[in-house]
Amino acid sequence: MAGEMTDAIIRVRDITVQFGKTRVLDGLNLDVRRGEILGFVGPSGAGKSVLTRTIIGLVPKRSGRIEVFGVDLDAADAAQRRSVERRWGILFQHGALFSSLTVRQNIQFPVREYLNLSQRLLDEIMVAKLGMVGLRPEVADRFPSELSGGMVKRVALARALALDPELVFLDEPTSGLDPIGAGDFDELVRTLQRTLGLTVFMVTHDLDSLYTACDRIAVLGSGKIIAAGTIADMQASQHPWLRQYFHGKRARAVMGA
Amino acid sequence: MDILSGDPTLERIASGNALALCATGSWTARFAPMLERMVADAEALGGTRPNIFIDASRVSKLDTFGAWLIERLRRSLSRGGTEAQIAGLSANYASLVDEVRRVKAEPIVEASSVTITGMLEQIGRSVAGVGGTLIGLIDMLGAVLAAAGRVIIRPRGFRLTSTVHHLEQVCWRAVPIVVLITFLIGCIISQQGIFHFRKFGADIFVVDMLGVLVLREIGVLLVAIMVAGRSGSAYTAELGSMKMREEIDALRTMGFDPIEVLILPRMLALVLALPILAFLGAMAALYGGGLVAWLYGGVEPEAFLLRLRDAISIDHFVVGMIKAPVMAAVIGIVACVEGLSVQGSAESLGQHTTSSVVKGIFFVIVMDGVFAIFFASIGM
Repeated sequence: MAGEMTDAIIRVRDITVQFGKTRVLDGLNLDVRRGEILGFVGPSGAGKSVLTRTIIGLVPKRSGRIEVFGVDLDAADAAQRRSVERRWGILFQHGALFSSLTVRQNIQFPVREYLNLSQRLLDEIMVAKLGMVGLRPEVADRFPSELSGGMVKRVALARALALDPELVFLDEPTSGLDPIGAGDFDELVRTLQRTLGLTVFMVTHDLDSLYTACDRIAVLGSGKIIAAGTIADMQASQHPWLRQYFHGKRARAVMGA
Repeated sequence: MDILSGDPTLERIASGNALALCATGSWTARFAPMLERMVADAEALGGTRPNIFIDASRVSKLDTFGAWLIERLRRSLSRGGTEAQIAGLSANYASLVDEVRRVKAEPIVEASSVTITGMLEQIGRSVAGVGGTLIGLIDMLGAVLAAAGRVIIRPRGFRLTSTVHHLEQVCWRAVPIVVLITFLIGCIISQQGIFHFRKFGADIFVVDMLGVLVLREIGVLLVAIMVAGRSGSAYTAELGSMKMREEIDALRTMGFDPIEVLILPRMLALVLALPILAFLGAMAALYGGGLVAWLYGGVEPEAFLLRLRDAISIDHFVVGMIKAPVMAAVIGIVACVEGLSVQGSAESLGQHTTSSVVKGIFFVIVMDGVFAIFFASIGM
C-alpha cells in the first residue's frame, strides 16, 4: 500500500518495445499522477497505442518496469494482477464491444463478473452508466452492429466505467464524434474526474480535448517522451514537431475560438 | 480514516417527529450487495414520517453504485409520501448524485420469455426459410454465371493472381490431407471387404468392389465433404469477416463487383481443385486398397491390377470426374451465400460458417443421389 500513497499512479521506467527490428519505444519514462487527466500526443505511428497496450499488458516489452497503483506488473501474481485490472477501465480505439452481446450485457459483463449484485441493481446501474455517457436507456437492447460509430464509443466508455475504476485509459476517445459530442465527452471526462477522483490516460489528437480536458500533456517522439507539461509549456516549447502541432493552422483556429 | 473507510452503515437517528438516516463508511461497488439490503430495509420507512433526512456527511467514499443507492432510497421514500432530502454531501459527491439523479426511474426490462407461440413461430420461420435458402443459392449461381459471362467477354476483368492464390489454398495445400485420408479409407474398405468376402471364398471380388466404389462414389464424395469442411468454411469466414468490416461495401462503392472480384476466383479455384483432388484421392484409395489386399488378403499386385482392369471401365472414372466440378460449384455457392449473409456479430460469423459446412455437405450428398439416378437411367 505504501506505493499507492505516492504521487504517481502509473510509473513507467526505461520501457523498450521492439517489433522485429523496429524499436518502437526506446527507454521511455513516464509518470501519470493520481487524479490528473494526462493527454498523450505524438505523430501517427509514433507508438502511442503501443505504449498504452504495453502498460495494460497486451504488448510484451523487451526491458523496463511498469508500476500501476504501486504494483509492479511483472512481479505481480495472478490475484494482484486481477485486483489491478479490477481498478482500471480501458476504452479501445474502436470500442471493442462484444459483438454477440447487447449493450446491456456489454456494460453488465464486468460488473457481473466481479460483483454479486441483484438483477435490478445491475439494470439500474447500466441505465445510470448509459445516462452518464449521454445515451438513452432505449439503446440497451441493441447489438453493437446496430449502433452508430459515436454510440459505440459511448457504450465502450460506459463499459470501461462500469466498475467505477480509479484509472481509465482512453485511446482516441473523441475520434469519430461530432464536435458537440466530442465537447460533451471532454466535459464528461472532466466531471468523472472531479466526482470519482478518476485518473485519465488519454491518447488523443483532438486539440480541443487537449485544451479543455487535459491537466498535463506528454508528447511521444522517436520512442521517448520528448516533452511533458501543461498546455502552456507545450506552446512555449521550441521542439519543431511541437511548434508545428500547437502553432499549426488547426491549433490557431482552436486558440482563436 | 480507518473507521470511515470500513463497512458502510445506515443509522437511524430519530429526534421527535423527524428522522435522519445517517450513512457512513464507504458506499462503493465493493459493498453493493450489503448496501442494497440496507437500503431495502430503510425503504420500508417511506410514509411513516412526513420528513426524512438522508445525511451523507459521514460517507467516506462514494461511487456510482453508492450514489445510485442513496438516490434510490430518496426516490422510494418520496414515493411513499415522505419528503426525503439528501444532505451533507461534499461538492464532488453532490455532482455525482446529481449525475445519477437523471436516471429514469424504471429501467426497461429485458424481454426474453419462451412461449409456445414463439416456438411455433420459429418453426414456421425456419420452414419458410428453406425456400429463401434455395432462392438465395439460385440467385448466387446466376450472379456467378453472369460474372463469368462478363469475364469471358472482357478477359481483362479476370483476376488471375487471385484465382491462382485460391487454387494454392484449396488444391495444393489440401493434397497431403486428402491423399492421407483417402488412402486410409481405401485400406479400410479393402480390409473389411476381404474379411467378409473370405467367408464365401470370394476374396478377389474385393477388387471389383474397391474399384467401383472408389472411382464412382467414395473418392469424389469423400473429397467433396473434406473440401466443404476445409475450404467452404474458410470462404464463408473470409467473406463474412470482410462483410463485417464493410470491406465488401468499400469494393462496391469503388465500382467493383464483389462477385467478380471475390467470388468468381474462389468458385473457379474450387471447380478446378475438386476434380484434381478427387483424382488424387481415388488413386490413393486404390493404392491403399491394393496394399492391404496384398499384405492382408494375399492378392499379388499383378493379380490385383489384372482384376481391376476387368472390373472397371472408363465409365466409372468418367462418372466420378463429371460429378466433381458440380459438387465444387455447390460447395462454393453455399459458402459464398453464407459468407455474404453474415451480420455484424462474431456469433453470426460462427453460425454462418457452421451452416456453410452443414449445408455444403447436405447438398453434396443430395447431388450425389441425383447423379446416381441420372447415370443409372442413361446406363452409365
